[in-house]
Amino acid sequence: MIKLAETILNGLALGSVYALIALGFVVIFKASGVMNFAHGSLLLFGGYVMARLHDSIGFIPAVLAGAALAAALAGLVQLLATRGLRGAEIHTLTILTIGVDVLLSTELNRRVGADFLSMGDPWGADVTQFGGITVADARIASIAVAVVVISGFFAAFRWTRWGLSMRSAAADPEAAALMGIRLDRVRLIAWCVAGALAAVAAVFLAAFPAAGLDRTTSQIALSAFPAAILGGMDSAAGALVGSLVIGLTAAMAAGYQSELSVLGSGFADVAPYLVMVLVLLVRPTGLFGSKELTRV
Amino acid sequence: MSPPPVSPAPAQSGSLRITDLHVTYGRSVRALHGVSLTVPQGRIVAVLGSNGAGKTTLLRAVSGTLTLHRGTVDSGTVHFGGTRLTGDPARSVAAGVVQVPEGRRIFGALSVEDNLRAGFLGARRSGRADRHAARERVFALFPLLAERRRQAAGLLSGGEQQMLAMGRALMAAPRLLLLDEPSLGLAPLMVQRIAAIIREINAQGTSILLVEQNASMALALSDRASVLDVGQVRLEGASADLAETDEVRRLYLGESYDVDGTADEGAMSPAASSTARPATEPGLTELSRWNG
Repeated sequence: MIKLAETILNGLALGSVYALIALGFVVIFKASGVMNFAHGSLLLFGGYVMARLHDSIGFIPAVLAGAALAAALAGLVQLLATRGLRGAEIHTLTILTIGVDVLLSTELNRRVGADFLSMGDPWGADVTQFGGITVADARIASIAVAVVVISGFFAAFRWTRWGLSMRSAAADPEAAALMGIRLDRVRLIAWCVAGALAAVAAVFLAAFPAAGLDRTTSQIALSAFPAAILGGMDSAAGALVGSLVIGLTAAMAAGYQSELSVLGSGFADVAPYLVMVLVLLVRPTGLFGSKELTRV
Repeated sequence: MSPPPVSPAPAQSGSLRITDLHVTYGRSVRALHGVSLTVPQGRIVAVLGSNGAGKTTLLRAVSGTLTLHRGTVDSGTVHFGGTRLTGDPARSVAAGVVQVPEGRRIFGALSVEDNLRAGFLGARRSGRADRHAARERVFALFPLLAERRRQAAGLLSGGEQQMLAMGRALMAAPRLLLLDEPSLGLAPLMVQRIAAIIREINAQGTSILLVEQNASMALALSDRASVLDVGQVRLEGASADLAETDEVRRLYLGESYDVDGTADEGAMSPAASSTARPATEPGLTELSRWNG
């Protein structure tokens, strides 16, 4: 029972981190139709900036700086895509993100090397115990931060001018343009928001019980990919639910590895994709993917 | 319909002048070839023509959405008032020119209210009071939208969606409204209602450039009209005169057209006449199809 509770808490923590990443995928996809394969590298870039800066300027400023620089870099990718390749197909831009990913991850791998970089986070290896349950402080923090950040995101999405521009542009870019909405600006902001969200996620992917930021962190981030697809790729709420499902699945598969040994030792890594495939078999558009809402 | 509050007439002169406009798509397909057209302030001007004549292209050139379709203006200019419109939709909206796209293109998953809010995003005056005033004006014109403000827009009927599309465009308080086939796919009674609303919007001081295949409706509504054919203006003149010319009667109005009659009898263009219409509508059993 205690193990189950711990596993669920771990799953929620993992899911909250995935949600930060998956929301970024979804926001970029909604705004520009591009599947951003450079998202993992953007995350690693944000984390790298934090790891390098926290000694000199402190943890919180380092996080803000990392988020800001990751946002700027994501915005730069979008500017490159729209200014440099004006009129290019969406597929071309998606391939472009793979190129950006290769460039960025190669350079970051060179800089990080085989090290595990400390993020300088205040939680360290502390744990909290209550009712016999032991949870790492970093995981509690990740849930708390994700709840705040994601709530803020949804509030902005629902009530601000940017959110409305974003939803309009996603629904019908040309009609939105005819309303005087500047598509380039909406897309630029979407990429920046996604970059910042990914950088925040980097903090918790590198925090305890992980050893620190290393070059494989960007690959862990890709586990958020099935979360976004599972949720429906163009639904922010779907990304949230999908992330929690994937997080819980991964935590369960890892927590009960010994019971699942018949499936092999790497099952925890495969489980998210398995869930994704199963959901897509039943609902091809994902849990909350856009079905055409039309009157018959 | 209760008379809506009269909006303040625009102070500055706002006439649209299109001069010798040449447009091509993808560097090879010529869509417009030297089109000139004027919409004087406060007037309704109609553009007629069959499919592929270049009507929508003309509107795109004014609203600035050509680039979204890989179209370019090779030569010629579009001026509205003192502003030259250069192919930036946001700039056109800011200048007071707003287009209602063909096929409505409302945001189906958004509520009616959010659709209207989106229409206000590019408005010239963007204060809270301005938004409230714009919304009240739209609700006065379309009381139905007020009733359904919380519904998803995709659940409205075709005619209601056309009303929403027009209401959304009016949220930006345009001085010139571009209408692309507002009657497309609508039942005759709804076409009449839309026509009445267009007249009302014009009476409140907004100029209108109306692109239509439903020539009888367009000619009955407009002051002047141009007939576009393969990217060139073939005929131009006062609507009442145009409706009398043999060419227009034969090509666009059908044999049984009556100039003073209602806008929907026996006067359908090729595309519109093939759309499904409910047989139970009164007065439609003797609908004569276009037979040119």
